Amino acid sequence: MNKQVKTEIGKTILVAILAILTLFPIIWVVLSSFKPQSELFQIPMSFFPRTWTLENYSESLGRGDFLLYFRNSLVVSVVSTAITVLINTMAGYALAKFVFPGRNITFTIMLATLMIPLQVIMIPIFLQLKRFGLLNTLWGIIIPPAATPTGVFLARQYMTTLPDSLIEAARMDGGGEDFIFIKVILPMSKPIVATIAIFSFMWRWNDYLWPLIVISKSRKQTIQQALAGFVGQLQINWSNLLAMTTITILPVIIVFLAFQNFFMQGVTAGAVKG
Amino acid sequence: MTKFKKGTRQFWIPYLFLLPNVLIFALFVIIPAIQGLAMSFTDHGIFTEPKFVGFANFVELFHDEVFWITFKNTLVYSFLTVIMLVAVSLLLALLLSKSTVKFEKGFRAAFYIPSLLSMITVGIAWRFILGDEMGIINYFLRSLGGNGVPWLTDGTYAMLSVIMVTVWTYAGYYMLIFISGLQAIPGELYEAAKVDGASPWYSFRKITIPLLAPTTLVVSILATINAFKAYELITTMTKGGPGYATKFIVQQVYQVAFAEDRMGYASAMSIILMLMIGAFTVFQFAANRRGSDNE
Repeated sequence: MNKQVKTEIGKTILVAILAILTLFPIIWVVLSSFKPQSELFQIPMSFFPRTWTLENYSESLGRGDFLLYFRNSLVVSVVSTAITVLINTMAGYALAKFVFPGRNITFTIMLATLMIPLQVIMIPIFLQLKRFGLLNTLWGIIIPPAATPTGVFLARQYMTTLPDSLIEAARMDGGGEDFIFIKVILPMSKPIVATIAIFSFMWRWNDYLWPLIVISKSRKQTIQQALAGFVGQLQINWSNLLAMTTITILPVIIVFLAFQNFFMQGVTAGAVKG
Repeated sequence: MTKFKKGTRQFWIPYLFLLPNVLIFALFVIIPAIQGLAMSFTDHGIFTEPKFVGFANFVELFHDEVFWITFKNTLVYSFLTVIMLVAVSLLLALLLSKSTVKFEKGFRAAFYIPSLLSMITVGIAWRFILGDEMGIINYFLRSLGGNGVPWLTDGTYAMLSVIMVTVWTYAGYYMLIFISGLQAIPGELYEAAKVDGASPWYSFRKITIPLLAPTTLVVSILATINAFKAYELITTMTKGGPGYATKFIVQQVYQVAFAEDRMGYASAMSIILMLMIGAFTVFQFAANRRGSDNE
């Protein structure tokens, strides 16, 4: 074996060990959620459950409120993602394909809002939501975070590369501006629409602080709020909590495995070029 | 590019496309930001009318012991988190960027996966793992004949745990950014250096580090802003404890505003937080520029 092959194998082994260590906490949580309560903290501990059980899952799903929180999160994530994709691509299109007074300043201000994190303005936002009657409504979690500077930025960058001639041709044929956007621009922007949709879904699903500001009634809570609530209790039912945590993680992992390439590209497009 | 003449109906078309976004940004970012600044000079509760108090909130902040603890905690956490994140994610990127490793795509995904999880679930997972009596890590240490470590019950360890868990969560995300930065460096530079007899360490210092500086800047700024915003992880992992050991400014803002109903005072804290974020960002830009001027 020559030296190069040896270093390659050595490096691969090192990286493999690091990767296993990185994934261990997640695997441990998932495996533990399949252990019966009596086994969870039993010493000696065992990596795989000695007896596999779905008890924790049936108990978690059996309580009506957990399904309700799951449903709330799903509604919020799906509806908010649809709105995000629509309004962000609209804004991106306007900034990419039209020349009009105020164009640059609008774009600059939108990007500048990235520098103002929610954490800094949560108090006035709370008052603003109260003014609009959006407190304790799912619309309060859906609409305000739907406009994202990153989404506008990605859409604009992508649409700048689309040929103007297609738009002009559609206009010649007498297509209205809304028709051009929906029937010409959006179909040509599928990759960026997918990227925005995937990231938006993940952000909304994982979001905690925004729902925390908007929702105080328990029936309107999202799944992340519910989890935080369960941890806050004095006696934590770890078996059930781990099952609920696994259920909460699942949609994001599924979306990731299905759209891996979009994720990897989205990260670098959003960050480096930003 | 389309340009419509002023005075025509079509002139308004781009504005209509922009309208929903601009409206939301105006109502839920820009106006609140201005209001937040104004509120920091008032005494303001949920049901009481704001009353102008000048700089009283800031003067009170100056003497507020708990605020200074959270201020210090936020600084320590952010500083250590950013340094470790840059180091770890760069290391991972170096290991995985030049295709010297098999299955690199799978490995990249493995390191990236933790950043997909919500911080709420990350906190739960690690609280389970780091438990004093029942956690797997202490179990492991004890079965090796050692003692358990008070990961979450001792102030210093709790802070270290929170930092380590943050690094665990985001290292793979920043790794991807570093990888794309590394791939933009032309390979011929390394070959030329090699021909000239440069050691790998020398090329790393003289080629990789300077050419990677813009990427490093992006990573460290993103990591800094994220660190200053930290809230969720603490909620489920330590609840800010033990005592105030891992309580950060954002926690304190939330508590003072919504539990103690002192929104004006909490707004003053938010302004300090915003200034900290701004100062760190400017500092990083300046440091980065000086670094590249020296080369």
